[in-house]
This record gives sequence, C-alpha cells and structure tokens, in this order.
Amino acid sequence: MFGYFIRRLLLLIPVFLVMSAVVFAIVHLVPGDPIDNMLQIGSSPERRAELTAKFGLDRPLVVQYGVWLDRVFHGDLGDAIILKQPVVSLILANLPHSLALGGLALAFSASVGIAIGALATFFRDSWFDRSVMTIILMGATVPNFWLGLLMILVFAVELGWFPVSGARSADALVLPVLTVGLGGVALIARVTRAAMLETARQDFVFMLHAKGLSKRQIYLGHVLRHALLPVVTILGLKIGWVVGGAVTIEYVFARPGLGSLLISALNQRDYPIIQGCLLMLGIAVMLGTLVGDLAQAAMDPRIRDGMR
Amino acid sequence: MSLLAVDDLSVSIGMVPLLDRVSFSLDRGEVLGLVGESGSGKSLTAMTLMGLLPLIGGRITAGRVRFDGIDLTTLPEPAYRDLRGQRIALISQNPMTSLDPILTVGAQIDQASRLHAGLSAAAARARSLDLMHQLRIPEAVAIHGQYPHQLSGGMKQRIVIAMALAGDPDLIIADEPTTALDVTIQAQIIQILCDLVAERGLALLLITHDMGVVAQACHRVSVLYAGRGAETGPVHDIFARPRHPYTKALIGCIPREGQAPGTLVGIPGMVPTAFAYPKGCRYHPRCTAAAPDCRTEVPAGSIQGVGGSIVFCHHPLEVGHV
Amino acid sequence: MAALTALRSAIASPRGAPSAAILALAVTAAIAAPWLAPYPYAAQNLAGAVMEPSAAHLLGTDEFGRDLLSRIIYGARVSLGVAVTSISLSVMIGLVLGAVAGYLGGWVDRVLMAVADVTWSFPEILIALVLIAILGPGLSSAGIAITIGYLAQFARLTRSQIIALKRETYVEAAVSIGSGHMHVLARHLIPNALTPVIVAGMLAVGDAIILEATLGFFGLGAQPPLPSWGALMSSGVAQIYLAPWVILFPGLAIAVTVIAINLFGDALIDALAIRNRLKER
Repeated sequence: MFGYFIRRLLLLIPVFLVMSAVVFAIVHLVPGDPIDNMLQIGSSPERRAELTAKFGLDRPLVVQYGVWLDRVFHGDLGDAIILKQPVVSLILANLPHSLALGGLALAFSASVGIAIGALATFFRDSWFDRSVMTIILMGATVPNFWLGLLMILVFAVELGWFPVSGARSADALVLPVLTVGLGGVALIARVTRAAMLETARQDFVFMLHAKGLSKRQIYLGHVLRHALLPVVTILGLKIGWVVGGAVTIEYVFARPGLGSLLISALNQRDYPIIQGCLLMLGIAVMLGTLVGDLAQAAMDPRIRDGMR
Repeated sequence: MSLLAVDDLSVSIGMVPLLDRVSFSLDRGEVLGLVGESGSGKSLTAMTLMGLLPLIGGRITAGRVRFDGIDLTTLPEPAYRDLRGQRIALISQNPMTSLDPILTVGAQIDQASRLHAGLSAAAARARSLDLMHQLRIPEAVAIHGQYPHQLSGGMKQRIVIAMALAGDPDLIIADEPTTALDVTIQAQIIQILCDLVAERGLALLLITHDMGVVAQACHRVSVLYAGRGAETGPVHDIFARPRHPYTKALIGCIPREGQAPGTLVGIPGMVPTAFAYPKGCRYHPRCTAAAPDCRTEVPAGSIQGVGGSIVFCHHPLEVGHV
Repeated sequence: MAALTALRSAIASPRGAPSAAILALAVTAAIAAPWLAPYPYAAQNLAGAVMEPSAAHLLGTDEFGRDLLSRIIYGARVSLGVAVTSISLSVMIGLVLGAVAGYLGGWVDRVLMAVADVTWSFPEILIALVLIAILGPGLSSAGIAITIGYLAQFARLTRSQIIALKRETYVEAAVSIGSGHMHVLARHLIPNALTPVIVAGMLAVGDAIILEATLGFFGLGAQPPLPSWGALMSSGVAQIYLAPWVILFPGLAIAVTVIAINLFGDALIDALAIRNRLKER
C-alpha cells in the first residue's frame, strides 16, 4: 500500500507542473500586453514600471515561471489588483465556505446516490427502478444553475423555508448543498447501478448463490462492495465536478467562496485572483483523483499488488 | 433408496427446451461421472440440482429430482437456500473466477462455516484452518490471509473445495473441477475429491468431458448427448462394453499407451445447438451406424447386460464388439 | 445506406419520435427566428417592463420590456448555433488527433493521450473559465472554450476506435499491399471510426448547450443585448421575486432541448447498435 501511495504521489508531479504552467501562462496568453491588461486606463507610468518589475516580465518565461512557482510554494500568490489585498488572504477567507459546500455536497451525493443505485439494482426492473432511473436521466439534463434558481424560487421565495442567499446561518447551506449534490446523486446512482449489474453477472457471485447466501447478503456484502470500487474512483474524479458545480452554485446563491471570487475576478479581469483561484481549484481536482485512487487501492488488493 | 434420484428431468431456458428426460441416481460413498461434450447439458444439470435455474431464466418443465427424500422440484426458495452449501455443495469450473477477488480466501471459507454451522468468527477460522490442513494445503495460516490473485490455480481450487466442505455436505457437485488447471494439478485435485468420498462417505457428482477422468475416478457414469441421456451404467461395464456408438466414440478419444501415432480419432461434426436439434435420435447425424429409424424415432432406454446399463439407442452395439 | 436506415428507425422508435419532433422545433426556431419571433429581440419598452405572460407577450417581458418569447426564439439560434458549431469543430479536431495517436502509437500517442488525460480530469467548466480568462468574455470565447473543453473526449474515443480497427484484417491487407499511411487512415480507418464519434458528438451538443448557458448566465458568454438561453437568465437572482418567468422559460427551453437530444441520441445508439463501441478503452 505504501509503495502504491508513493508511486501515485509521484505521478501527480507532472500533472501539477502542467496545470500550474497553464495557470501561470494565462497572463502571458492574454492578447495584448499583460501589464496593459492588468492596469486600469489612465494608470501612471510608475505603476506600470512597478508591475513590470514585480512580475519580472523582462526575464525569460521559464525563469518567470520558476520564480512564480517558488513564490507560490512560499504562500505568495501576489496582490489583487482591484481589491489591493494579498490573494492568499482572499482565498483563505473564502476557502472554508467552499470546503463546507463542496464537502457536504459530496457526502450527500455519495450517500444518497449509492443508496438509490443499490436499491434500484436490488429491485431491478420494478416500478421503483424504472421511475428512479427516469428521473435521474432527466435530472442529468437540467443545468445546475437553473436547478438552483428553481430551488430558490420554490423553497426560499414561495415557501420561505430557507434563506434566499448568503452564508450567515447554517440553514443557508441547505439549498446550495442540495443543488450541487443532486447532480452528483444522479451520476453516482447511475454508476452504482451499472457497476452492481456488471458485478452480479460474474462467476463468483454465482458461487455465492451456490454457497447458500441469501440475495440480500450477496448484494449488500459482496456485489455492492465491488460496485463501490468504480464509484469511489468516480467520486474522486468528480471532486472536480463538485468544484465546478460549487463555482456555479456559489454565484447563484450569492455565497462567498472560491467560485464567487473567481467569477467576479473574471468579470473584472483581476488576474492574480484568477490565477490563485484556478490554482486552488486545480489542486482540489488533483487531490480528488488521488484520494479516489488511494481509496480504491485500500479496497482492492489487486491494485495494491499492481495487477491493475 | 438413493441419496439423489433424477427422474425424467426436463429443463427449459425461456422457451427453449434444453434437457429432455434425463435420469440418473447417486448414492453415498459413490462417484457418478456425468459426461458429454460442451453443449450437452452437463452444467445446466448442475445448476438445476443447485436450484439456481431462476438466475439464468430457466425452469423445470417435467420430471422429478429427489434428494434424501426431499422433492427438490417443488422446494420453496428459503428451504432450498438451507440445502445449498450445507447439504449440497458446488465446486465450479473455474477457480480463477469463482472466488471473490477482494476478500481473503480465508474469509471466504470462514463465511461458509459461519453460515452453515453457525460458528463464531474464531471458531470458523479454526475450522477453516483444519479443513485446509485436511486438504494438505501447506502453510495454511499464511494462505488463509491471502487474496485469490496471490494463489495458483490449483491452490485456489483447493480453497474452493475447502469452502464446499465447510458446510459438511452430503453431496458435492463438481462441475469440470480440473478443466482450467494444469495437467499435473488435475490428478491431484481428482485424488483429493476421491479421498473425500472414501473418507467422509459423501456422494460426488463429477461433471466432466474427459473419459480419462471418469475411468480414473468414477464408480458409475452417465453419458449425455445434446440434452438427452445416451448411456448409464457401471464404469467397468461401460468401458469394457460400450453399447451406445457415442459412448464408444468418446472412449476412443482417450489416448492409450502404446497407441500408434495418428490412430487417435475424434468424433466428426459438432454437438447441435438447442435451436437445431435433429429429429429422432439426436446423435444420428454423427453416428456411423445410423439406420432409417434413427432419423425419425426417439430411442427409448433399454437395460442391457448383467451390469444393468441403460442404453438409449435403436441399434445398441453387440457385446464383444470392441 | 445503413446510416439513413438507422436514422429512420431511430425517428420511428417510441423514444426517438417525440424527441425528434422537439429537436425539429428547436432547429426551426433557430433558423427561422426573424420570421417566427413576434418582436425584435432587442426592442425595449420600459413602460411594459416585467410583465407577466399575457396575450400580447405569451411568455411575458423582461426588465427592459423585451418580449421573452422572441428572445427565446432568437436564443435558440445563438445557443444551438454556438453548441453545434463548437462541437463540430471539436469533433473534427478530435478525430484527427485521436486517429493520429491511435494509428501511429508510440511517443506521439503517449504525449497526446497524457495531455488528453490531464484535461479530461478537469471539469469542462474550469477549462472554459481558464480560456475565458485568456480570451475575455464573449460568445466566441465561449465557443472556443466548448471546442477545447470536449476535445479530449473525442480524441480518446477516436483513438480507441482506430486501435480496434487497426487489428481488422482488411486494414492489415491494405497495409500489406503497400497503401500509404494517409490513404489507410483516410480511406479505411477514419470512415469506420466515424459513427460512434459523431453520435458522441451529438450527445455532447446537449452538454455544450448547458455549458454555454452556464457561461452566459455568468455574463461570460453572449454579451447583451444578444440573447442566448443562458444569458437570458443572467439577471438571475435579482429577477426571481419580480419576474420568475424570466428564469423559468429559458431554463425550460434548455432542459427540454437537452432531454430531447439525449433521448434521440439514445435511440440512435440502439438503432445503430453501437452501445459497446461508445465505451472507451
């Protein structure tokens, strides 16, 4: 397991380098002079010179990337242009909100999605299976932000059960978590069901029947356990999807968080914030896949032995 | 009365009839070989005896299966589940795929003991180790904690046998238990199974396509062809005096010591599929002795000779024909 | 032709018939918007702002008094246009990259697939946001973002098709009689890999509509007054008390269209019997 962990960790290094290089390059890929893009019209030449020196724009790109990466590792993501604050402190202020939303949404989609998927498989081809799977097919086609707006309309405006927006109280989290989570529930339920059906066809499951286990023992104790292997991988991969969903939903519910920060920075072209947020979200995606793979290895001895 | 008595058993999957009036019986301390090419209905018979037909959409359409006085054809599922593993155990064709790949093999034997003998975790483990010793598995404690993919095929098949023994069954159905194994391991596994019959007095239904295995291990043999019985009787009688042309052809497929190179013959043609069974005797298109009535009339069983062999053939071979 | 027969049987199937009708409606709206829309999409009427659906304005008006029905009809043109164009481009580039990777193998394959794997693990919305950070907000940026965001999917799918086809005897025969690489790729491999990739592309149009809508909703896609289904909702939460229909109807248009695309795609997959080929690797 430890060897697998190290191997998997080493694999992340090139991914991180590519990802961070893309984020770094954003400023340089913007059409026109990067400094012009960062300055508001009518800024003084001194400010211009200051920024040029600060970003080291007179040096070769590779050196600039190295310097930038070094600063990132020392917790320096630069200062926001419009808000004039260190990007790191902006991110740290927003991070807990995103973590709460993302974590709860992930937990919600995992638990409810697996439960629904398992029930649908156990009662395969029943009315429950068919109606749930139809709803899920429909649910996957609705834009997430629109679902959020509908939630606000029904549960906040019409029924008044939850606050419309903001993050002042814990109940303000309910609707955003549901919105981000429902898309995940659909996905996880579908993956769980497909994986369980595939497992149920395997020889060893037939042998479990022959061993005298009941259908419930077989499905809960063995089939579901196997189905969780792909589900865990998908969950890890979909950390990125939760991140993406959270970006959208934070904006819809006017909640503080990395997503809201990123969207407003994009609209204002505040590049240091854009870079900082994208870097954080990219790291979240990378860590997600890592955690997913490690969890899978913990559950599957064949992966630990490098057989898959 | 026999421990297991199968009388005129017919089985269909969906609308397709696959087994047609198959009969055989088996006693404690006896090994019955169920022989035939692939597609003859051997594995389907195993599945029927295990009561697992519903899993593949099959059902019994006629006939009766009695096990120790219980009518299995009408046994409700909960009662059948109590028999499975506990009184009738299955050893499947492929040990590579018949174990759960993400559980230790020990846990899988333990599970059977706990299920059937109601043992505690510690007692089940002790029992598993004991069974592994009996099956001459070296370093049982270490193997107990290993995963299937870490073991060889022969070792995995021993684990599957240990699992089958955990419920202390009266009948073991072994469905091609050695087909997926190396030749050197095959003999070991067959020997283990024969020893179990001798030591424990259990009944073994050995399903195989290999007449060599039958000659080596079985007391009696029942030959199936295309879902129907061809010939049933004591092994020594059938090998000495095969009366069904198909049985004779099967025996002819066993390589013999001192046989001249190039004289080993196969059976021309293939077993027909269930969708295209020929009329009359299903073997007639491949039979060297087929007569006009073979093409139209289904042969009935007739008792032949002193051994009590039953042959389903219009023109059984004369004794001494070999 | 087999493809036409499959298309016809997909249209006749129980799932395909209603979804094909909806898609035909959406495409008609997109093409004939100027003739179908009762009002110009940008005509403001501040006196008649935020009006509930009525006989004059079947779906009501927005905060500038613009007729919502007209804007949704024109929105079909923008949303479908961007989604279809970007995905077509993505499919074409993906076909070429995937075919080259799958056919040549070796380091070309490894490099291309490593890049595809890295982008694949990041959600499309993040890739789109990165590109918009570079290109600036706007409809063309959204289009390019969609093209690049889905590229990896088509490249991977094409590659797996090509690798499977490469082992077929007729391809080996073509190579053995001395046909050139380009000839083998263009005449034998790509045409046979085409069907599943195009069907995957069709399904991706649905996702692209949603992605474009999300960007439009953020104000990063179509810029005012140009209507796209997402941009129509960009006034978002502010409108929800006063004019919920401004949110409700464009979203419904998206949902119904995307469901129709998915159902029709599903029917088409069955009609073509290619469900297995759509699974990668």
